[in-house]
Amino acid sequence: MSENISEVKKRYRGEDYDVIVVGAGHAGSEAALAAARMGNRTLLLTINLDMVAFMPCNPSVGGPAKGTVVREVDALGGEMGHNIDKTYIQMRMLNTGKGPAVRALRAQADKHAYHRQMKLTIENTPNLTLRQGIVDDLIVEDGVCKGVVTNTGAEYHAKAVVVCAGTAARGKILIGELQYSSGPNNSIPAMELTKNLKDYGFHLRRFKTGTPPRVNGNTIDYDQTKEQPGDKTPHAFSFDTKDSDYLDVKKQLSCWLTYTNQKTHDLILNNLDRTPMYNGEIQGVGPRYCPSIEDKVVRFADKDHHQIFLEPEGRDTSEYYVDELSTSMPEEIQQKMVHTIKGLQHAKMMRPGYAIEYDVIDPYQLKPTFETKILKNLFTAGQTNGTSGYEEAAGQGIYAGINAGLRAQGKPGIVLKRNEAYIGVLADDLVTKGTNEPYRLLTSRAEYRLLLRTDNADLRLTPIGRKVGLISDERWARFQAKRKAIEDEVKRLNSVRVKPGKEVNDFIQKHGDKPLKDGVLASVFLRRPYVTYRTLIKFIPAAPKPLGSHVIEEVEIRTKYSGYIKKAEQGVKRLKKLEAKKIPEDIDYEDVKEIATEARQKLEKIRPRTIAQASRISGVNPSDLAVLSVYIQRGKIAKTDD
Amino acid sequence: METTQFDTIAAISTPPGEGGISIVRISGEYAFKVIKKIYRGKNLDKVASDTINYGHIIDPKDHNSEVDEVMVSIMRAPKTYTREDVVEINCHGGLVITNRILQIVLSNGARMAHPGEFTERAFLNGRIDLSQSEAVMDLIEAKTDQSMKAALNQLDGNLSHLIKNLRHQILKVLANVEVNIDYPEYDDAETMTTKMLLSKAREVKASIQQLLKTAKQGKILRNGLATSIVGRPNVGKSSLLNNLLHEDKAIVTNIPGTTRDVLEEYVNVRGVPLKLIDTAGIRDAKNQIEKMGVDRSKKSIKSSDLVLLVLNASEPLTDEDMKLIKLTDHSKRIVILNKTDLPIKVDVDKIKQLVGEKDLITTAAIKSNGTEKLENKIANLFFDQGIESTQNNVMVTNARHVSLLHKASDALDDVMKGIHEGMPVDLVQIDMKRCWKYLGEITGDTYTGELLDQLFSQFCLGK
Repeated sequence: MSENISEVKKRYRGEDYDVIVVGAGHAGSEAALAAARMGNRTLLLTINLDMVAFMPCNPSVGGPAKGTVVREVDALGGEMGHNIDKTYIQMRMLNTGKGPAVRALRAQADKHAYHRQMKLTIENTPNLTLRQGIVDDLIVEDGVCKGVVTNTGAEYHAKAVVVCAGTAARGKILIGELQYSSGPNNSIPAMELTKNLKDYGFHLRRFKTGTPPRVNGNTIDYDQTKEQPGDKTPHAFSFDTKDSDYLDVKKQLSCWLTYTNQKTHDLILNNLDRTPMYNGEIQGVGPRYCPSIEDKVVRFADKDHHQIFLEPEGRDTSEYYVDELSTSMPEEIQQKMVHTIKGLQHAKMMRPGYAIEYDVIDPYQLKPTFETKILKNLFTAGQTNGTSGYEEAAGQGIYAGINAGLRAQGKPGIVLKRNEAYIGVLADDLVTKGTNEPYRLLTSRAEYRLLLRTDNADLRLTPIGRKVGLISDERWARFQAKRKAIEDEVKRLNSVRVKPGKEVNDFIQKHGDKPLKDGVLASVFLRRPYVTYRTLIKFIPAAPKPLGSHVIEEVEIRTKYSGYIKKAEQGVKRLKKLEAKKIPEDIDYEDVKEIATEARQKLEKIRPRTIAQASRISGVNPSDLAVLSVYIQRGKIAKTDD
Repeated sequence: METTQFDTIAAISTPPGEGGISIVRISGEYAFKVIKKIYRGKNLDKVASDTINYGHIIDPKDHNSEVDEVMVSIMRAPKTYTREDVVEINCHGGLVITNRILQIVLSNGARMAHPGEFTERAFLNGRIDLSQSEAVMDLIEAKTDQSMKAALNQLDGNLSHLIKNLRHQILKVLANVEVNIDYPEYDDAETMTTKMLLSKAREVKASIQQLLKTAKQGKILRNGLATSIVGRPNVGKSSLLNNLLHEDKAIVTNIPGTTRDVLEEYVNVRGVPLKLIDTAGIRDAKNQIEKMGVDRSKKSIKSSDLVLLVLNASEPLTDEDMKLIKLTDHSKRIVILNKTDLPIKVDVDKIKQLVGEKDLITTAAIKSNGTEKLENKIANLFFDQGIESTQNNVMVTNARHVSLLHKASDALDDVMKGIHEGMPVDLVQIDMKRCWKYLGEITGDTYTGELLDQLFSQFCLGK
C-alpha cells in the first residue's frame, strides 16, 4: 500500500435525513428516488459521482423476466424505464413467436448517456441530496441503525438506511495471476463497511462475477459477422413513453453475431492453469447462468463453438462489448483469444475482461421487506443481497426504498407476493431460499408466469405505486382510463356476436376451418388461433371509442388465453390459503420435537412467516409441514382454552 | 396439554389368530414408563437399545399377579420404526392372553392405536416418505403373496422409481422449453415445438394409462375379489366352501371383535385373494335346513366381483336354478355343474347355451378334488390381462395414487387439447408442468429447484 494514506479520525456531525442510501448503482438510484419522491429528505452517497447508474458489465437493459421487472419498477413509480427509454440505442422484443407471458423487451443502452440521464434526474429531484463519499460504518444504538459514517468523518443520522454497496464491498479484481483490491471498473472499493457489518453479526459470503474484454469497434471486420438490427415496431419500457417517441430503426445501432471456434477453445484449455477460477485463487461463487468462457469450454467440452455478440457501448464511443466472452484469463491470453474469433482477427482490445469478488449479505438475514433481522431500520438491496443484474438491482432498490421511506414515515412496509410481481418472486426466493450463487431472475422461477406478464405490469402494480405516493394524479387518471377501457371491451366481446356472412366465412375457410352457421360470441371467435383482435373487429360493430394499441393487446391476451389464466388464478387461490396459515413470530422450533433436524435448523434460520413460505424452503418436507401445522393449530386451541 | 397426535399408542401387531407368538407393540414418549409398570424382570432402564429381555407381564391392578412369560424388546428413539421409543412384548400367541396383555398396557398409560397409526407416525416423524408409508399400510393389509409382492415392490421404491423416471422425462422437455424462453437467443438448445410436446405427452400418457390398468387389479389384490357362492339347497355349496377354505389356504379366520366383517372369509386361490361373502349364510344352514333363499342371494350377488353358481347335474333344472342363472347373467360368473358322477338329469346343452361354455365347469365330486379346475379358472380370469407383464411389476394399489395418476393423465389431455387449439408452447407447457407436479405428489417430491438445476446442467447458458 502507498505510504501517503492517512486515516481521518476526527468526526463531524453532518445533516440529519429521513432516509440515507449508500451506493448509487441501479439499486441505490431507485431506492433514493423512491424515498425522496415519497416526501422523505433523502441523502444518496456514492464513491464516485461519475459512476451513478454505471453499467460495468453489459450495456443492455431487459430480456426475459428482467424486462418485466423494468416495467414493474416503472409501474411502482421508478426510474429505470424512463431512463432507458431516453437513452437506448436499440430496442427488440424477444420471444415474439411464443405466448404473451414470455414476451420480453430488451434494449441496448448508451451506457454513458444512461449514467448522465440518471444523474441528472437525481440532481433535479426535490428532497434528494446526491453526494460523493465512502461509507465506512453505520451508527448503531441498541440494535437500531441510526445513520452512517463516511471516510471523511461525517456522521449522518437518519430514520432508515438502505445499503446497496454492490461489487464495491471489499471488491477484488482478478485478471490471470494479477489480483488487486478494486470496485467495478478499477474504481475505489469500500473496504470498511462490510467488515463492520460482520462485527454487527451479519453472516457474509464471497460471490464472484465477471465481465468480458472491450474492443475498438473501428477494428472489427463486420463483414464476417451477422447483423442483428432493432425492431421497427415501437416499444417502450415506461407507461409514460409515447409510441411517437420511438427511434426509427435506421437511427438505432445494430449488434453483431459471431462465434468462438476450436482455436479459441484450445487456447483456453492450454492456459487454464493461469486463470484464478481454475488454479483455486477465486473463492467466490460464480453464477451458473452467466458462466465465463473458461467454464463453458470446460463444462460443455463437446460444443465446438459458442455464440459471441458484439454490442456497441454507446453513440459517443467506439468501444464494443464482447458479450459471452466473460473471462479472467491473463491479459495476453485474452488478446489472443479475441484474435481467434471471426471478425475480431485484428481487433484492438481496449480493456481486458476480469473477474471480481465481493462481499454479500446472506439474504436469509432479511425480512420480506428487505429490512435486516439483525439491525432495525437497516435495509439492503441489489448485489449486496446476493443478486446479479441491473434490473434485479433496480427492482430491489425501489422495493427497499419504498419500505425505508414508509419506515421513516412511521407506516407499515409493503410485501410484494409471488403472484403479484417478479420483484415479489425475487424477494421471496432470497429471504426464503437464500442463494448459493449470484441470483438472476428467470421466468421459470415464477409459478404464475402467465399472470406476471410484461404487458400487465402496470395493471398489477400501479395501484401499489399510487398507494405509497409515487404515482402522480395525472398518470393515475391515465392509468384508470386504460384499465376501464380494457374491462369494458372484454365485457363487450362477451356480449357481441359474430354473425355468419360471406365475408367472415370466406375468411374462416381461407384458414381451413368450417364456415359459421350460427352466430358466435366475439370472445369465443377471438380464441381461434388464426383470429386477432384486428381481424375480429371487421366482423363486429366498432367499439364505442377507438382503442389504443396497449388496450387492444391486453384485451386480446385476456380473451385468447382466458382458460389458462383461470387455471393460474386457481393456483393462486390455493397459495393464498397456505399464505393465510400464519406462523407465530415467537415460535420456538425446539418445542416442535417431531420436526426433522435439518428442517428445524432451516426453519430456525429463516423463520418463515407462513406455512406457504415454509413449504418453499428446501429441506422442509411435507411431513415437517404437517407437524408444524398441527403444532400451530394446537397452540391456537390451547390459547382458546385459557 | 395432552395431544392426540403424539401420545403413546399400543396395538397387537401380529395378525389375529392362534399363532405361536403374538406381539403387542407400544410406541411413544411413555412407552418405557408403561412397560416398567407391568413388567417383572431386568431393570429395563439399564438395558441397551435393541435388546430382547426375558421376564413376566404382571397386572398391577390384580395384586401384581403374573399374566404371561414374555420377551420384551426395547428400542430407543430415534432409531426405531416410528422414531419414537418403542416396546414390543412377545407373548404366547393365544388370543385370550394377548388381549389381556393389551388391556393391561392400555390401562397403564397407552391408548389403542388407530389402524395404521404406527406407520402414520413413521411418516410424520420423517422416517419414510409418503409412497413408502402407503406401501407399508398395504403390506399390513396384504392378503396374499401376490399382493405382498406388490406392496413390497412399492416399498422398495419401484413405483417411486417409475414415477421419478416419468418425471425426469417430462423435466427434460420442460427444461428445454424454459431455456427457449429465458434464453431466446441461445442457439444451441433445440427449439421445442408443440409437436415435440405432443409426442412426449402421448408417450407419458401411455405409461400412466398402463399404470392405471394395474390399479384395478391392484385393488383386487388389496381388498380381495368379492366372491359369492350361490345355488339352491343341497347342490354342494358348503362342500365347495370347505374345499376352498382348506386349511393351508385360509389366511384369516374370523375372530369376533375384530374389525373384519364376520360374514367375510378370505382364501388364497393361486395368489388371488378371494373375499367370500356371506359364508355364514351357507354355514348357518349346515345343521339346519338350508334356507338361503333367492332374496338373500340377490343381495350377495350385487356386491360380488365374482359369482360361483353351483348346479346339481343329477336333478333337472328348477325354477330357482333358472332364477339364479338370470340373476347372475350380468355378473362375472363361473357355473359349477356338480355331481356328474350320478345319473345326469339336467340338459347340459341347454345349460351351455344359457351360461356359455367358457364359464362352465363340470365336476363329479367337488368334495374331493373338484376345486382344481375352479381354481385354474379363477386364476386365469384374474391374470388374463397380464398382471405379470406390467412395467417392472409395479402395481398401483393405493387410492391416492390412482387419483393423482388420473389428474396427471387429465393434465396431459389438456396439453393435447391446447396444442390442437394452436396455443403457444409456453402455455401448453403449463399443463405439462401440472402433470409433472401431480406425479411428484405421488412420491412426495416437492419443488426444490429441480427444474433450474436441470436447466443449468443441460445447457451452456449465456446472454
